[in-house]
Amino acid sequence: MQTAKTLSDYNKELREALDNTFLRGAMEKFATAYPVGRANAFREYDVKALIDEVAKVKDAGISRLNELYAEFKAKAEANGIKVHWAKDGDEANEIVARIAKENACKKIVKSKSMTAEETLLNHRLEKDNLEVIETDLGEWIIQLRSEGPSHMVMPAIHLSRYQVAELFSQVTKQDQSTDIQRLVKVARRELRRQYAEADMGISGANFAIAETGTIGLMTNEGNARLVTTLPRVHVAIAGIDKLCGSLNDALKILRVVPKNATGQAITSYVTWISGANECQSAPGNKKEMHIIFLDNGRSEMAKDPLFAQVLRCVRCGACANVCPVYRMVGGHQMGHIYIGAIGLILTYFFHGREKARNLVQNCINCEACKHICAAGIDLPRLIKELHSRILDEEGHPLPSLLLGKLMKNRKLFHTFLRTAKMAQRPLTGGTQYIRHLPHIFSKDHGFKALPAIAAKPFRDRFESLKPRVSAPKYRVALFSGCVQDFVYPEQLEAAVKVLGAHGVEIDFPMDQSCCGLPLQMMGEKKASIDVARQNIDAMAGSYDYIITLCASCASHLKHNYPFLLGENDAQTKAFAAKVIPFSAFMTDVLGVTDEKFTQTHQRVTMHAPCHLCRGMGVVEQPRKLLALGGYEYAQAEQEQVCCGFGGTFSAKFPGVSEQILKNKLADAARTAAEVLVTECPGCIMQLRGGAEVNKSGFAVRHIAEVLADHLK
Amino acid sequence: MGPTPEVLEKFRKKAELVSAIVSEVDSMAQAIAYTVDLCSQKEACQLLMSGCEESLSDKGRDLCELKQFGKIIAAPALNDADLAELVKQAASREISVIKDGMRSHLAGIDIGFTVADYGIGETGSLVIDSSSEELRLATMVSEIHVAVIPKSRIRATTEDLYDELKGFQSRKPNYLAFVTGASRTADIERVLALGVHGPLELHILILEDK
Repeated sequence: MQTAKTLSDYNKELREALDNTFLRGAMEKFATAYPVGRANAFREYDVKALIDEVAKVKDAGISRLNELYAEFKAKAEANGIKVHWAKDGDEANEIVARIAKENACKKIVKSKSMTAEETLLNHRLEKDNLEVIETDLGEWIIQLRSEGPSHMVMPAIHLSRYQVAELFSQVTKQDQSTDIQRLVKVARRELRRQYAEADMGISGANFAIAETGTIGLMTNEGNARLVTTLPRVHVAIAGIDKLCGSLNDALKILRVVPKNATGQAITSYVTWISGANECQSAPGNKKEMHIIFLDNGRSEMAKDPLFAQVLRCVRCGACANVCPVYRMVGGHQMGHIYIGAIGLILTYFFHGREKARNLVQNCINCEACKHICAAGIDLPRLIKELHSRILDEEGHPLPSLLLGKLMKNRKLFHTFLRTAKMAQRPLTGGTQYIRHLPHIFSKDHGFKALPAIAAKPFRDRFESLKPRVSAPKYRVALFSGCVQDFVYPEQLEAAVKVLGAHGVEIDFPMDQSCCGLPLQMMGEKKASIDVARQNIDAMAGSYDYIITLCASCASHLKHNYPFLLGENDAQTKAFAAKVIPFSAFMTDVLGVTDEKFTQTHQRVTMHAPCHLCRGMGVVEQPRKLLALGGYEYAQAEQEQVCCGFGGTFSAKFPGVSEQILKNKLADAARTAAEVLVTECPGCIMQLRGGAEVNKSGFAVRHIAEVLADHLK
Repeated sequence: MGPTPEVLEKFRKKAELVSAIVSEVDSMAQAIAYTVDLCSQKEACQLLMSGCEESLSDKGRDLCELKQFGKIIAAPALNDADLAELVKQAASREISVIKDGMRSHLAGIDIGFTVADYGIGETGSLVIDSSSEELRLATMVSEIHVAVIPKSRIRATTEDLYDELKGFQSRKPNYLAFVTGASRTADIERVLALGVHGPLELHILILEDK
């Protein structure tokens, strides 16, 4: 449960998590095992089609929650269940407490429910001196430790067997072995009597099917079956977003969730309860059954054109599983109660701005979550949007506001960069790196060498470099982005050389500026809209393509501009359609061959930039291009995992950024490649700076540069 | 009309992937013989219920001591003829058979013996109408769950069972279970452990019924 007040306190807690060796090891193991298990589970399926189906049925439900609720209530009540609507967590908790009181319950067994975590139900019930026992093994463990879950599916993933053994020793007052199989048996016996003695069972619900008034529960341990069977009272608590129209809808979701969550085809048990069933311990041999639907802001959310999609979430936890930040710091730092990318968002809506303020900044924008989400939720976009919303509500911090103002004015911004070049001199010692960081930055930011601003930006060199191409095959505009223009002009020069040699006429429109992504990362949405408009105007000439060598720029121009300026804006649409990354242009459009390149077969490896492999869906093209360009490509492990840069992220969360980078460099080093190639100047800034400090022994270069090297 | 060989093969494979033990039988008598054999070989567990060999709290141990019966097979929903056969076969091995009173056996029984309603090839799952509390408990508190599935009732996907499933859910009331493998957890260090709350083993007997 993340509760830090300030960003600096938050960073302190992140540091502690980073220093937790067991946690780091556990997270690493999980992060590498999960994708394999998931791929295996989905092997026989068209994953995208399945996910689209989930999104479709969830959207259909979200658009008529009230109707579904009315239908569910009518069916369920006709079947002996009492159905309640709770407007917020407190109201839900009061309803449960009242049911307990009315039925003279003393002991409550619970199966896992994130919704009950959301309302902090246990605290409320304990106030009435009710004994509440979690029965899901992981939940029981964290309950005994008075902790919150660190993962939505595996709540105790942050704990070792040694910690569990110690805990169980205290609970049983007997020495426990650290053998996991035996610890599980201890839990089996200790909890079995609790089921037998409890008079109320509380469960969640993964599905609430309106047409039959049925709830569906997924569990692996089978605890939900005992919880819903043995005690005489059963209370199920679920968000209203769990309502769905038909069994058919539920089955579509069921097909995806276990595969996406844990790589299982299906959970060991799926329990469908329709009506108050036989219960021999209840009066009249019939279960006293209640279902509480929790609103807690969901109805409002359902009306929000952008945020309604949040209600598609099926709580599989996959967004945490692939998050490079989660992998470094674990769930207690990546959410208040709900964990992972979705947790950052839900925290704002369910638990308030206070709790969400720091969390929403801890997204590196790598889009891994978006591409794994069981319901196709555009998580990174929503997180950025929330960040911007919080700044609007609370006031923008001065540096962020100034940056927005500065970047909106291209000339001013570029003058600033040119001036910075002069100011950095005492820091570079004449090298291409900033050798000495100003004291205020040095402590946390020394993990990578920062590049110096180039002596002459690309825009000042372009006229002299521009190739004269007769009868060009294509006429393209180069979009540089600010990093390449002012820091790495040599990458653009290399691209110009390679493109020119292939008969491509190149223009560099001078009015282009920063793509605006850094502004969006800082929550300055308004400024980023202005910048987008300026760039579209700047690139309005009659070009066949707009090529960028920066994956982040490419994905921002292509996908975020239409979002920022409106999907129906014709000029934006035409602009976005022309945007193409360098490697995709070379292979897919130009169809280059190996004839123009010297084949040295030098061994290279690659880092796939997030915004290239996921943002643009460009995966094979750079690999192919390297081969055509005369290199031997060796695939590094975790090639598509973020490098830890994330633009302003690495400045805000240096500790996390550093650790992600270290993993990346280690993976690259294991390939024994001489060069680590990538296609994004941001990644290069991070990787080259890290390789320099770590003395990794390989060069870090842009794909355009290594191609230019081999140009005959 | 039974399942195609591909569907049958997939059912078996998927079930075995989640550590179910799958066999084929020609008759209910054979299924009963299998179950009785399994129970009589289950010597060690008869003496000590799963978990009772561990160091437990005093209260945790209470339920272990409740078990003073011999080996027990619970078969709550079996028809009279099959039940008579089971009782006959079990008696010769000194195993008692019960068909109700599961609440007095919450500490655990040796085997829960059921006939599943349907099988799902896609996931290797059993569909069991568990509206009867006795049946529900028999499949939960038993250490081994033996489920017979008539071959003709195995379908490729849940969608192929849509009408049947909806039929169950439209009954008032109904408690329907999809059971896939044994009870499992990976909550400690993501290490798989079977039998956390429910059965430690699931045996599936595919019954030839053409």
